Parts: sequence; structure tokens; C-alpha cells
Amino acid sequence: MIGALTTLLGYQLAGEIVVHLLALPVPGPVVGMVLLFLSLWARGSAPEPLRDTASGMLQHFSLLFVPAGVGVMVHLQRVSGEVWPILVAVLASTALAIAVSALAMQWLIRMRHAAHGDAER
Amino acid sequence: MITPQIADIWVYLSARPLLWLTLTLVAYQGGYAIYRHFGFHPLLNPVALAIVALVGTLALSGTPYQTYFDGAQFVHFLLGPATVALAVPLYAQFDKLRALLVPLGGALVVGSVTAIVSVLGIGWALGVADATLLSLAPKSVTTPIAMGIAEKIGGIPSLTAVLVILTGISGAVMAKYVLDALGIADHSVRGFAVGIAAHGIGTARAFQVSEQAGAFSGLAMGLNGAATALLAPALLALWRVL
Repeated sequence: MIGALTTLLGYQLAGEIVVHLLALPVPGPVVGMVLLFLSLWARGSAPEPLRDTASGMLQHFSLLFVPAGVGVMVHLQRVSGEVWPILVAVLASTALAIAVSALAMQWLIRMRHAAHGDAER
Repeated sequence: MITPQIADIWVYLSARPLLWLTLTLVAYQGGYAIYRHFGFHPLLNPVALAIVALVGTLALSGTPYQTYFDGAQFVHFLLGPATVALAVPLYAQFDKLRALLVPLGGALVVGSVTAIVSVLGIGWALGVADATLLSLAPKSVTTPIAMGIAEKIGGIPSLTAVLVILTGISGAVMAKYVLDALGIADHSVRGFAVGIAAHGIGTARAFQVSEQAGAFSGLAMGLNGAATALLAPALLALWRVL
């Protein structure tokens, strides 16, 4: 568990360093995720303690959003006149993004299946 | 003489990280227990329940957010290593991912643009102020990324953090209904769509549904973080020209 946590923090640190050195527009943890992925791929397997720690952390991933979410109390007044437009915009846009992404992916999968089917005939 | 003592203890504890850190964990676990008790019903999102309980507690006790965050920041900090940890399920699903490269790439671009443009368009049509619109643009990507983007395009990063979480909760709540209505059964498609639109909170929900949905959602979340960082400034520039 300590080893796995050290690995995760180490890769995050490496990600931060890469982002700053190369002035990338993405945050350090995302680069850290890519670096860890590449390491696992090169290694050919994921060590068991790392798998356990990762799945434990990700099971309750949403807990980590609570502190920032409580910040709503600071902004409630600023946006008090806009609460309904913001809610409508966020809800509609999120539903649209889910629907459009899912339909696009499903359509592309079917197109490919169709193309493969033709090639086999 | 008991009351003044309790008051003293409260004054001592309420100014220290331990109390608010503990209450954050208690509130989340309370929310999660309710969520689980009702068979993981999407409407009873544990993040939403925890936030409501904590905001209520802070308001009733007159505690400023900054005091709360001094304690809760230890939980907030774990967003970084947890994001790195997404590499593990991603690697486990690698063969499936590789087979789906083109559908994933296509869905990513279309979904990312939809998430940005639709929130700007709808918000603008409903008369949302400019600073709020700019804070809304990166709403579909995970908190640290979205805050960075908001800063770059002239939004308010801490407002973005709140909007990101609102988006995540909405996505986690609505995904099942939207995807069922569209008749989409494949867990890789369902997970990927949720990850694009609703980042980590959607991903947490996806992991509770299945490992496959979770891995694809985590992938989508990471990819859309990068895609939105590139697309949001470009789309905004275009928006201003038009």
C-alpha cells in the first residue's frame, strides 16, 4: 500500500515536471497517468499491490470531489441571479454530451463492423 | 458548567483541520450508505448528499469555507494520485481499447465539442453573464484540469470547480436514463460517453456499474481533459469572431 502510494505520487511528480519542462497545456496528473500507463505496458503487467490500491482509490473517486463541491457556498451569492439558467445549461449540455458521444461511438463501431463484414464477403 | 466547556471544545476543534477532514469522510460515508441502501439509485448521488450535509453544517455553525477547506484539502489533494491511478484499469482494458481506436477517437472529438459548444450556446441564450460563461466552458473535465483551463480563458477557477462538480453529479444522475432511452447497451460505449460528459464523478458511477464501464469512463475522462484543454480556447476564439 505504501509502495503503491509512492508509485502514484512519484508518477504525479514526474508528470508535473514534464508539464513544466515542456510547457504542456495539460495538468501534471494526466501526464503522470500516461507515464504510468506506458510503464505498465513496457512491464507487461500491473503489480498486485498497485492494482489493489488503484481499485480501492477509484471505488471512492467521487469522495475526492466533495471539498471543492462544498465551495458552492462561496459562489451561491455571486450567481444567485443566474442559478436557473446555469442549472438548465449544465443539465441540458451534459445530457447532450452523453447522448452525442454514445451515438457517435456506437455508429462508428457499427460502420466498422459493416466494413469488416463486406471485406469478408 | 458543561455548556461553556462544550463551547470551548467547539471553538478549539472548529478552527482545526481534524474536525472538517473527519466530517468530510463522515458525510461522504453517510451519503454512500444511503446510496447503497437504495440499490445505488442514480438520483441519490453520494457526492450531492455529502455536499448538502456539509454546506448545511457550515452554514448553521457559521464556519467560513476557507476554515473548512484547511481540513478538507487533504482529501482534495488525493485527486492527483487518483488521476494517476486511472492508468491501472486503463491498462487492464488495453486490448479492448486498442480494438476500438477509431470509434473512441471520433466519439471523443464529437463529444468534447458538444460539451463545450452546447453549454456556451444554451447559457448565452438564457442570458448568463460572460464571466460565468467562461467558467462554464470546461465544465465536463475533471476539477484540476478545468480550473487550469478557466484561468487561461478568463473564467473564475473556483467557480469552475463548483460547476464541474454540478456537471459531474448531473451526468452521474442522468446517464442511465439518457443511455437507456437511446437503447445503448454496450458498457464500453456507456462508460466512454459518461466519462466525456461527467469526468470523475461520472467515472465513479461507472465503476459502480461495471469494471469495463469504469475503465472506459476513466479513459474518456483523461482524453477529454487533454482535448478540452486544446479545444476550449480555440472554440472560444471562434465564438468571439462569430
